[in-house]
Order: sequence, then structure tokens, then C-alpha cells
Amino acid sequence: MDKTLKLRAALLSCLLLLALVAIWHVATQTIAAGDEGLDPEYAMLMGLSAESEKSGGFPTPAEFGASALGHLASPFYDNGPNDKGIGIQLMHSLWRVGAGFMLAMIVAIPLGFLIGMSPLLYQTLNPFIQVLKPISPLAWMPIALYTIKDSTISAIFVIFICSIWPMLVNTAFGVAAVRKDWLDVARTLEVNPLRKAFRVVLPAAAPTIITGMRISMGIAWLVIVAAEMLVGGTGIGYFVWNEWNNLSLNNVIFAVLMIGLIGMLLDLMFAQLQRKVTYVE
Amino acid sequence: MWNETPSNEAPFVKVEGLTKQYRSDLPPVFENVSFSIHKGEFICIIGHSGCGKSTILNALAGLEQATRGGIVMAGKEVDGPSLDRGVVFQSHALLPWLSVEDNIAFAVRSRHPRWSRNQVAEHGARFLKMVGLKDAEKKKPAELSGGMKQRVGIARAFAVEPKMLLMDEPFGALDALTRGVIQDELLRICADTRQTVFMITHDVDEAILLADKILLMSNGPRAHIAEIVINTLPRDRQRETMHHDPQFYRLRNHLVDFLVHRSKQLQVNRNLKAAYGEPVVVRPGLDSLKVVASRDEAIPAARVATRPA
Repeated sequence: MDKTLKLRAALLSCLLLLALVAIWHVATQTIAAGDEGLDPEYAMLMGLSAESEKSGGFPTPAEFGASALGHLASPFYDNGPNDKGIGIQLMHSLWRVGAGFMLAMIVAIPLGFLIGMSPLLYQTLNPFIQVLKPISPLAWMPIALYTIKDSTISAIFVIFICSIWPMLVNTAFGVAAVRKDWLDVARTLEVNPLRKAFRVVLPAAAPTIITGMRISMGIAWLVIVAAEMLVGGTGIGYFVWNEWNNLSLNNVIFAVLMIGLIGMLLDLMFAQLQRKVTYVE
Repeated sequence: MWNETPSNEAPFVKVEGLTKQYRSDLPPVFENVSFSIHKGEFICIIGHSGCGKSTILNALAGLEQATRGGIVMAGKEVDGPSLDRGVVFQSHALLPWLSVEDNIAFAVRSRHPRWSRNQVAEHGARFLKMVGLKDAEKKKPAELSGGMKQRVGIARAFAVEPKMLLMDEPFGALDALTRGVIQDELLRICADTRQTVFMITHDVDEAILLADKILLMSNGPRAHIAEIVINTLPRDRQRETMHHDPQFYRLRNHLVDFLVHRSKQLQVNRNLKAAYGEPVVVRPGLDSLKVVASRDEAIPAARVATRPA
């Protein structure tokens, strides 16, 4: 039953994909037909000749497929600042996200632990968290650029600042919500605070903490694209913006798809981790 | 036959004038609760919900502070939780991310931090065997039935080898069949280890089967220990045969009568004098005057008492 359901769903997904590609094909075909009637004089004016390839319009699926294959064939080439393979761009983005996320983790999880354990600290820090949390991470960019004076580190800072909140809040919540029974067990066994933190509170709160990390990673991957459009230089966000300036929609679409795929993979990674630490009560 | 602790021996645990008040604008839940526990004694405490039984148990465990009064165990004041007082929680409180053997190893490791991995495992396995769960050691608590979980909880408490075991309605959530089996196990283990036990129960038959002394609490608020009933049935009593003993129904009727009628009256017309002293000690099992009176009642009660074994 479950298997046939999965099979049918997969089949439908494939059909839907085919339908979408077909619509795309038909839609781009009409544009191409419109281009056919282009006045040769006007075309000349635009720097095109009537016979040349219709590169200005929205790419057809076939064109897109060809250029995507080209990207995938050599993802790591490097021909100077404005011509790098998609793999290199993604690596830059992933590196920034990884660095910012790690830093956020190092701060958020221990701090969340303390906040979750101490109501005093929670009350003290809560106003700050509430004010800082809703700030769009990109709003920090000018401050970061001015104070740090380095675009790469500023991007990492922006990732750090956007990743920290879900992890902090979830860790604090998970730690504060550990069942009193389990803490009482630790108390009656005279477990020392460090052992209690690592053997009781951490495993009990782990599913909530990983959920926070998962949300943070999702946001970080959203933000890196925008941040790199601003700071420029390298990264998938910069690539998208650069290809837009080149009016190469083929490359933009390809990059957008890659962003989606990598985002999915990152999320799957955390889902896997979550499965590992989840317990049934 | 039944063993009454010699009065000249100093009690192992002494509870004096224990009072708990959660809010100053409300009367205390219980007031001036005093009793003592001797080494090797099995004490059951019975009373209606809200009379503060669990609070007394938590105060004994050191998990909760009383408003007034104090507890002394083995000459030392109880001012916090200790490995010397093991607790079996009503909700079993096993750590769900650890397997059964790891749950027990966690407790053993707390008692003996310097033991090798093998020593800890061996020690834990002995207690798992004691509750008959050797085969389930690799399972997670979620894979066990309610009765098995509670047995793991008991094994964990015993594995620490506490000086006193505190049990908060350990069998409250179990079906009668499972409860009977675990009661028998507990009885056997306690007989073997001479464990001092303080246990909360709502089940009169359970109290008669397990306890040497049964503390009866009046209703809250302002609850107090109204009576201490000495269980005069022989200590080798068994679930299958104990109701043949003529003492059984005298005891049982006394307890049921207390729960149904007297606990409430005691709250309404509270006799202050009785409340501020040590509670009355009674031996209804040996009460020959009551024999005549309770004989007639014994027949319907017998029907009530037959529970699946």
C-alpha cells in the first residue's frame, strides 16, 4: 500500500515535470515566432542580425538543457574574476554559510543552554533577543561593511547574525522544557552539573536544538544569495546577479535551480541528523 | 511471627513536625506530620488525593523543601537529594534515548564513578535479572510495556543500593494482573535485601500485602497522619493465601472504613490534640472486639477483594 502510493506519487511528479517543461517549451516557441517577424533594420539597430541566434529571448528548454550540460561538464573552471565554474561559485557560498553557521552555533547553543537553565538570564536577555530577532539580516550589511571593512567577512557576519536566533531560541526552549522527572532522576542520583548537562539535558533537548539548526540553515541559505548580490566578487548570489547583467537568462535559471537543489540537500542533511537524535517517549 | 521493631532502637528516619504550605493565603496542605521509620521496615502511606502524600515523599527524597519541620536520616538532616534515598517515580522516568541497560548503567555510574565499564554492566545486569528483564536490556523504554518500564525503574533504584527506597504509587498506572506480578517480585526482593521502603499507594490490598506499617492520612488541607496501623499478618504473607488469614479482613475493613468515612470526619472535626502529638498506633488485625463486628462484613468484602492474580 505504502509502496504503491510512493510509486504513484513519483510517477505523478515526473508527469508534472514533463507538463511544466512542455508549457515552457510552448511558451518560448511563441516568443521565438514573434522574433521571426523582427524588422531587419530594427534588428541591425539592436546589434543583431535577423539570421543570428535568438539569444535575447527567454531560453527554450532545449537551449537551457544544452547550457546546463555545459556547466555540469566543467563545474570548476576558473578563467578570471568574472568567469568561474558554477561549482566554484557554490563552494564560495557554502564556505561562507558554513563559517557563519558554525560561529552562530558556537555562540547560540551554549548561550541557549544557559538561558534555558536560568530564568534570570532568560528575563535579562529576552528584550535584546526580541528586538534583534526581527531585524532583516541584510540591514546589518552597511554596519558590517563599515566596521569590518572586508566584504567576505561581512557576508559571514550576516550569515552569523541570521543563523543565531532560531538556534538560540530553540536551544533555550528545548533546555527549559526538559521533563522535570528526568531532572529529578539526575538530582536523586547526585549527578554533577556537567554530567547532567551532557547526559540528560543535551539528549533531551537535542531534537529541538536540531530543529533550530535546521531552520537556521534554511534561513542562512536564503540570505547568502542576497548578501552575495550586495558584496559581489564570488558566490552563487554574485553569479546570479552577474549573469542578469549579462542578460544570460540560461545561466540565471541554472543557478536558481542549483540554489534550490543545494538548499534541499542541506535540509535533508539536518533531517537525517534529526532522525538520529529523536527519541520516542 | 510479625516483627515489631524494638522501641529502644533509635529510628533510622525521623520526620518531625513536617508542614507544607504552598501559598500563605491558603491553609497548609498538611501540618505537623511526624513519624519514624526503622531500618528494614516497609512503610505504606494511604490517603485521598490532595493530602500531600507525594509532597511528603518528595521531602523525604530531598526534592522538595517543607515549609516547617525537618527530616533526619541516620543522624543527618535531609536537605537535598542523595544517592542514599532511591526514588521510583510514578511515571517511571526512564531516559527515553537510552536503552534499558544504559538507563541502569547511568544510575550505577553515578554511584560508582570509578568502576570500569564491565563492572558497571555486570552490576546493572544483576539487578535487571532480579526484575526478570535480562532479555530486554538492549531495548529502548518506548519498546517496553508499562509494567516492564516500571520494573526497569525499580531495578534502577535498587541498583544504586540506597539506604531507603521511596516509591510514589509505582503501580498506579498498571493493570491489576501486571501489578500483582510486580508486587510479588517487590515482596521477594525486599525480603532478600531487607530494604527500607517508604511507598505511596491507593490500593488497600497492596498496602496489606507489602507493608509492615501503614500510615493513614486524613484529608487535606491541613492533613495529618491520623493513625499508624501495624500490619500484624505474618511477614511471609502471599497474595494468594493472605485473605484466608482472619486478620486480613479486620485490617482491610479498618483501612477501607478509614478511607471511606473517617478520613473526612477527621478533617471536619479536627482534634487538635491528636494532631499535634505522635499519631495513634493501632493493631486492628489483633483487635478481638472487632472480630465479631467485622465477621459479617467480611463476606461481601471478600468478593471485592478477589482480584486477578
